[in-house]
Amino acid sequence: MTKPNRRDMFKLGAAAGATLIAASARAADTAPAAPPADNSWSDSLGRPVDDRPYGRPSKYESSVVRRYIPWLSPTRLADASFTPLQDQPGIITSNGLFFERYHAGVPSINPAEFRLMISGRVKKPLLLTLDQIMRYPSVSRIHFIECPANGATEWPAAQLNSLQLTHGMIGCAEWTGVLLKTILDEVGIYPDSRWVLPTGSDGAHMDRSLPMVKCLDDCILAWGQNGEALRPEQGYPLRLVVPGWQGNVNVKWLRQIQVGREPWITREETSEYSELLGDGKSLGFTWVMDAKSVITFPCPEKPLTQGPGFYEIRGLAWSGRGKVKYVDVSLDGGVNFQRAKLDNPILDKCMTRFTLPWWWDGKPALIQSRVTDDTGYVQPTIVQKHKFWGKDPVYENNSIQTWQVLADGKVNNVQLS
Amino acid sequence: MSSSRKLVAILLGGALIATATAWAGDTTTLTPPGQAGDHNSPKYYKGIVSQKDLQVWRAEGDGNGKLAQYKPATKIGYYKIGTTPTAAQIAGWTIAVPPSGQNLPAGSGTSDKGATIYANNCAMCHGGFGEGANNYPALVGGVGSLGTPGPEKTVGSYWPYATTVWDYINRAMPFYAPHTLKPDEVYSLTAYILNMNGITKSAWVADAKSVPLVKMPNRNAFNWKDPRPVTHNIACMKNCVSASSIKITSNALTMNLTPRLTGPVDHMKGGK
Ligand code: HEC
Repeated sequence: MTKPNRRDMFKLGAAAGATLIAASARAADTAPAAPPADNSWSDSLGRPVDDRPYGRPSKYESSVVRRYIPWLSPTRLADASFTPLQDQPGIITSNGLFFERYHAGVPSINPAEFRLMISGRVKKPLLLTLDQIMRYPSVSRIHFIECPANGATEWPAAQLNSLQLTHGMIGCAEWTGVLLKTILDEVGIYPDSRWVLPTGSDGAHMDRSLPMVKCLDDCILAWGQNGEALRPEQGYPLRLVVPGWQGNVNVKWLRQIQVGREPWITREETSEYSELLGDGKSLGFTWVMDAKSVITFPCPEKPLTQGPGFYEIRGLAWSGRGKVKYVDVSLDGGVNFQRAKLDNPILDKCMTRFTLPWWWDGKPALIQSRVTDDTGYVQPTIVQKHKFWGKDPVYENNSIQTWQVLADGKVNNVQLS
Repeated sequence: MSSSRKLVAILLGGALIATATAWAGDTTTLTPPGQAGDHNSPKYYKGIVSQKDLQVWRAEGDGNGKLAQYKPATKIGYYKIGTTPTAAQIAGWTIAVPPSGQNLPAGSGTSDKGATIYANNCAMCHGGFGEGANNYPALVGGVGSLGTPGPEKTVGSYWPYATTVWDYINRAMPFYAPHTLKPDEVYSLTAYILNMNGITKSAWVADAKSVPLVKMPNRNAFNWKDPRPVTHNIACMKNCVSASSIKITSNALTMNLTPRLTGPVDHMKGGK
């Protein structure tokens, strides 16, 4: 191979950093390998079937990976990584890119040795193997799971110049499993069996108290995720999915469902995942993830590299209380808004994709998206959020994101007064 | 080896024998308080949880009475799948300790004994005096700081119930070797951490009776009822704010906190 081709140009761009990608892409248009010349892959044979029995992305996508914030936690065994939303085209998060959050690392569980115990204030306790759980009537539903600390770094100020690290503690997947209600019907509960404690079998035995009414509503004991078994990172072989509620209550590597009369007030619902307000008082249970949206193109990782002209603004919206009703987009920092187009499907407690055509004039712009869900709740500004939650809380930052688009097409994360 | 470890060993050893208990069908008899399966009977909350918090918990749990309308789709045991766990299996896996203190095991411990265990197993991460080290959480301090601009959340200043301290140490610590401490050791560590926080005296003996009765400084500062919605934005479309009032108050570009976002994962300097 003597001629530089498109592939080499991309390699060069990736190696030299994001800013060069634009230049190399443009150069490729006039490179010798452009039509009518053939590229090397057109003049040779490719790989055979089952060359990679478990497929993986193109090597040119190697920058599309989960990333973490090294200064956030003392150890990666109790830390979080973030989904690259800037490279997620639709509403489904790839299993290999789904954000992670562990309290004691990822356990490796042999499904043959797995047991789920349902016990406590039930009439007939039950011990199930994975094969047995899979025999019950099942459901398959698409829901997002979002960590309540998604956006935590952005409470005091715009701090991380990245979509992935400001919004990426979320993923959306098709979850297959048995409704928790089916199992609770099976064991029988008492009129005062008000609380449920799912516990993980990881080293931290992660546990959270959940109200029985939610458990009887739409919670799923899930073993399937987007066309395959759960990934170990997502709780293999069994996790709880609590649609629309804080990520941490979707307990992974499940081993026990305990039923009781009162909540257990675990460390994960006091020290963690409770919200200290400015007056010294705290919110204990804030389970539901409020409506939120964000523009995923353009964003700091995906600037406008081809000068003024047509672009499609793209983004994702979701609500833990129901469906997305509208998404409105502003190009002027929130003075005026236009209604974006929503792509089907629009599902309950699920990501919804939105788009808006944009003829960019090459001038600086402040772009925002604002979701309204079907309860009528409208995504707030960061200024509105600060009024109740204080200046420096940790959780539940669902504020409107502002991206500053500069005349050169670069995009920065900013906050407005 | 803790009881949960033992049980896992039994399971792994293939000794999981299906106790072929026949399905008893629907029964309305309540489990008597104190038996396995009733670890948080209301009478044990007297003097521990405020009446207000108990009421909120009950309303949250049963959806303000919605639970009364619940109709099971099938009879108990309808699918005839699975086995009934033995009492020993249930006891082995049921480790959660609620504020009532039910389910705390026999045993006891003191701050003195806890100091030695702490020095050998905990200090390397949480600091010699619980002050925290290398970004690992502090376990001591911060009492009175929560309403100030520099709040310090620790076991002492923030946690509402001492039962959670026992539960969490037993559940997850020491970090590198969870479920290796014996009940007496967990009691001793609980006593030591509470004592370092000035919450209990050095002579105090931690056991199943005394731990739930500890009055943690922050016990009544939690609002367990979710107050949302607390913002009331409207979906305004035109001239929502005056353009001249918009100022950029912060810009992440200037903060220098963002790891590299292309190429291999950036562990930054001093990464893990
Ligand atoms: C290897 C380091 C390490 C050692 C040793 C260790 N811990 Fe921890 N500890 C941690 C980490 C990490 C966390 C936070 C875990 C998380 O967030 O999920 C933690 C959390 C805690 C907490 C909760 C703190 C809070 O505010 O939420 C307590 C209490 C605690 N440890 C007690 C102990 C005790 C007692 C020991 C000794 C038996 C011990 N730890 C040994 C690393 C350690």
